[in-house]
Amino acid sequence: MSISTEKVETLAHLARLSFTAEEKENMREDLEKILAMCEALKQVDTEGVEPLIYMTETHNELRQDDVIQEISHEQALKNAPKSDSDFFRVPKVIDGQ
Amino acid sequence: MEFEAVIGLEIHIQLQTRSKAFSSDSTEYGAMPNNQVSPISLGHPGTLPKHNIQAIEKAVKMGLALDCSITEVNRYARKNYFYADLPKGYQITQFDTPLCVGGRVPFKPKDGEPKQVRLIRIHMEEDTGKSMHDQDLYDTLVDYNRAGTPLIEVVSEPDIRTGEEAYAFVTEIRRLVRYLDICDGNMEEGSLRCDANISIRPKGQIEFGTKVEVKNMNSISNVKRAIDFEIERQKECILSGQAIIQETRGFNGLNGSTFSMRKKESNNDYRYFPEPDLPPVLMTQSDVERIRQEMPELPGALFNRFTNDYGLSEYDASVLIDDKHSAFYFEAVCRQQNNYKAVANWVTVPVRGYLNEQALGMEDFPLPPESLAELIALVDEGVISHSIASQKLFPALLENPKASARELVESLNLATNTDSSEIEGIVKAVLEQFPDKVQAYQSGKTGLIGLFVGEVMKRSGGKADPKITNQLLQKALQSL
Repeated sequence: MSISTEKVETLAHLARLSFTAEEKENMREDLEKILAMCEALKQVDTEGVEPLIYMTETHNELRQDDVIQEISHEQALKNAPKSDSDFFRVPKVIDGQ
Repeated sequence: MEFEAVIGLEIHIQLQTRSKAFSSDSTEYGAMPNNQVSPISLGHPGTLPKHNIQAIEKAVKMGLALDCSITEVNRYARKNYFYADLPKGYQITQFDTPLCVGGRVPFKPKDGEPKQVRLIRIHMEEDTGKSMHDQDLYDTLVDYNRAGTPLIEVVSEPDIRTGEEAYAFVTEIRRLVRYLDICDGNMEEGSLRCDANISIRPKGQIEFGTKVEVKNMNSISNVKRAIDFEIERQKECILSGQAIIQETRGFNGLNGSTFSMRKKESNNDYRYFPEPDLPPVLMTQSDVERIRQEMPELPGALFNRFTNDYGLSEYDASVLIDDKHSAFYFEAVCRQQNNYKAVANWVTVPVRGYLNEQALGMEDFPLPPESLAELIALVDEGVISHSIASQKLFPALLENPKASARELVESLNLATNTDSSEIEGIVKAVLEQFPDKVQAYQSGKTGLIGLFVGEVMKRSGGKADPKITNQLLQKALQSL
């Protein structure tokens, strides 16, 4: 299966990654190899086999609606690249960019 | 050319839980920024979300109230996109197994016929944080207190045709969430939010036109205004030969118009996949039945009972069921008082008038139902007149809500005067005051009796028994 450079660019945009032309080409070749491997997996007969979504058999892992404040306001902001005494600060977000 | 609008609504409803959907930080509105957050709601690596059972049960209640079928095996999914108010880089939502499927919302638009709008689904998801773009010159400020608050999204089929219908639809949804106690329905504070997908097509055409999504309508009347505006805008576009662009538009409440916010990205690819950190939630038939038992009686059922069992007019019943506290108060009074019509009148007129005047909700009404029942009984027994009840006793009770109505009648001396000799004295004085009117009466203007009765009432402070007054007046006028 072949992957176009445009496809790599779309995927890079969705993941907010930027590549040089050389990286883009490496990425394109790697993706093709990965997909080829997946093609091989398709040869396994999965007729009647439920898709495996979870690694465990558990269900209804539930909690009651109780409030527990685990961290302080200061701890919450501590690891932010940029913050003030109240808020996380991020570069201005403009739609479409 | 005649056009028809095709409108579908998406309503986000914040579920009123104490803690968040997948973590234990508080959801309370109005806290200082970034004080109600946790490693989970901030999206730190290595944390594990865990379902809040009460959020799921509240969502099931909404589904049951709208006749949806409840999904037995619920999986959750990641909706992936980058935005600063979404710290994990994905929103936990439901994709291929929405908790509620199908269903319908019955409503009656103003001056219109009753209608039903079908629902596609109701699914659960989490709210985002809040970004503030205009507080600082260079940075966007982000508050994550809201991040992770449980939401349900109600998605309608495109069955709505007018702004008026959308208004009635959202009003019904808001009334239901308040009955069910799952959300306060406050659109100004954003606990209930509505987006509208609007397109138009020539009447009779089956294919849909290009749809436009309108956001930021922070009241139900603005939902109607935005839709009405958008329908006109699209008509003008088409009639002037322009194409409708598929886009997201905002609503400007100041001038009632919509404006372009962003063109729909063609590669809006959210790459949904199952959320591996949340094991599935099983909702068995017996769980669903248990939750159904916890639900209060809903407006539709109350309306039928109020018109059938209590013999109320459709108008009175619809006013009473407008909010559940009025409906439940009405029934509480009716448990002690079987003059149902009088109870309905008292609750819909003087009680409501007092609440509007004081800017209170019915849940804050100070009078216990027993007192209102007693007040009505006092009128029915003829102990006090209706006007004394509404002008004197009712205000006195409101000032002193713990007092007994019967004792107040005594202590404030409000009882109707049935003492004939006393009334006779007043009758005599009134007739002496208006000799010309008496003459006019005797020469055939018998309608003047009303004036005499009114005068006697005035002089007795509204307490003279009207029946005795009438008899005494007739007698006195004949014997003059």
